[in-house]
Amino acid sequence: MSGETTPSQTVGPYFSIGLAWLNRCDLAPGASGGERVTIRGRILDGEGQPVPDACLEIWQADAHGKYAPPVNSEEKSPAHGFSGFGRVPTNDRGEFSFITIKPGSVPGPDGRPQAPHLEISVFMRGLLRRLVTRLYFPNDPANPADHVLNLVPGGRRATLIPRPLADDLHILEWDIRLQGEHETVFFEC
Amino acid sequence: MLRYRRPAPGTQPELLHPPYVSSIKRAPTQPLIQLPHSLSETTGPFFSKEVVPPKGFDLTRQHKGEPLGERIVVSGRLMDEDGRPVVHSLVEIWQANAAGRYLHKVDQYDAPLDPNFTGMGQTLTDEEGRYRFVTIRPGAYPWRNHYNAWRPRHIHFSVFGPAFATRLVTQMYFPGDPLLEFDPIYNSVPVESARKRLISIFDWATTTPEIALGFRFDIVLRGRNATPMER
Repeated sequence: MSGETTPSQTVGPYFSIGLAWLNRCDLAPGASGGERVTIRGRILDGEGQPVPDACLEIWQADAHGKYAPPVNSEEKSPAHGFSGFGRVPTNDRGEFSFITIKPGSVPGPDGRPQAPHLEISVFMRGLLRRLVTRLYFPNDPANPADHVLNLVPGGRRATLIPRPLADDLHILEWDIRLQGEHETVFFEC
Repeated sequence: MLRYRRPAPGTQPELLHPPYVSSIKRAPTQPLIQLPHSLSETTGPFFSKEVVPPKGFDLTRQHKGEPLGERIVVSGRLMDEDGRPVVHSLVEIWQANAAGRYLHKVDQYDAPLDPNFTGMGQTLTDEEGRYRFVTIRPGAYPWRNHYNAWRPRHIHFSVFGPAFATRLVTQMYFPGDPLLEFDPIYNSVPVESARKRLISIFDWATTTPEIALGFRFDIVLRGRNATPMER
């Protein structure tokens, strides 16, 4: 049976009223272990205009490749205090920025390791459903064998991999393009 | 590992829906790539009681005075397609006030703001997947999508469910609203029976004597495949 699911609707222009209380732009406050990175960029629409009314949600594993267990589960999170969840709005110039740690490798559907990645949902006025994308890390040796990256046409893979700043490799720049020549790869989750 | 089922055709909106003008420059033009489900999609964030404000469920008691408008109780169950309750799961809502105005700098509609109403709520579902909000019935309001465009009364809902794959943001509408027929957002869902699941039901069981009318809105998240393999 399938198709009973409640349909999605857009978040509209006023979602900050209901969602901003849970904004989390530093996913790794305090000592969580792992390599800290800042990821920043802009969201651009089909005319190249920045999108000031968007929100990203991030879901990721910790530095050991473990996802935080449900709150009531008996399983203990190895990196205590790291929830793996972020909610990041764009500002008036369509820019976003968040701090996190590079996750470890998580097993894929066939049990083989995936390259380190973040799961990302994109919400905004004009999107009747969320968009889902993934962010991978530049020059990671596991990228070439990643099962998801290999589903993406070669010419488009670069849209999922941010560029490190030349003078600070811990700052990664990543623009999300909704349309156009360098349209970001989005997934049917 | 159990994968989540894909939605049946026509039961979710298309990303590009030209009658909703904002979708034209924001919907991706390239086909989406089907993401095989791994732990990355079958796990998801959870939020503890400590995170959620205790009065988050009552939007009529967040200020000194009472908000204007018709007090209502909005409640329902969060469950999956197999009827299993989704327990201890975060539900967030936001809405316009009784006059149809949002407390937001972008909202230029000249209806009055209500100093006693923010329009934001949050709660966790209980052991049986139930949630309950006390709020006021939001007003309809004009928008500039097309000539004489009005949004039907609605409450925005954001739910997580058990996994990244089940994340859902939607809108709850009210039964009998004459504006639904003309609303491109509501009508972006192609299949009528799916669309109608967005309309709440007037509910005697939660209508509270001398206090408030009750509306029930059950939210159904994706179920999982019965077999471990997707195909």
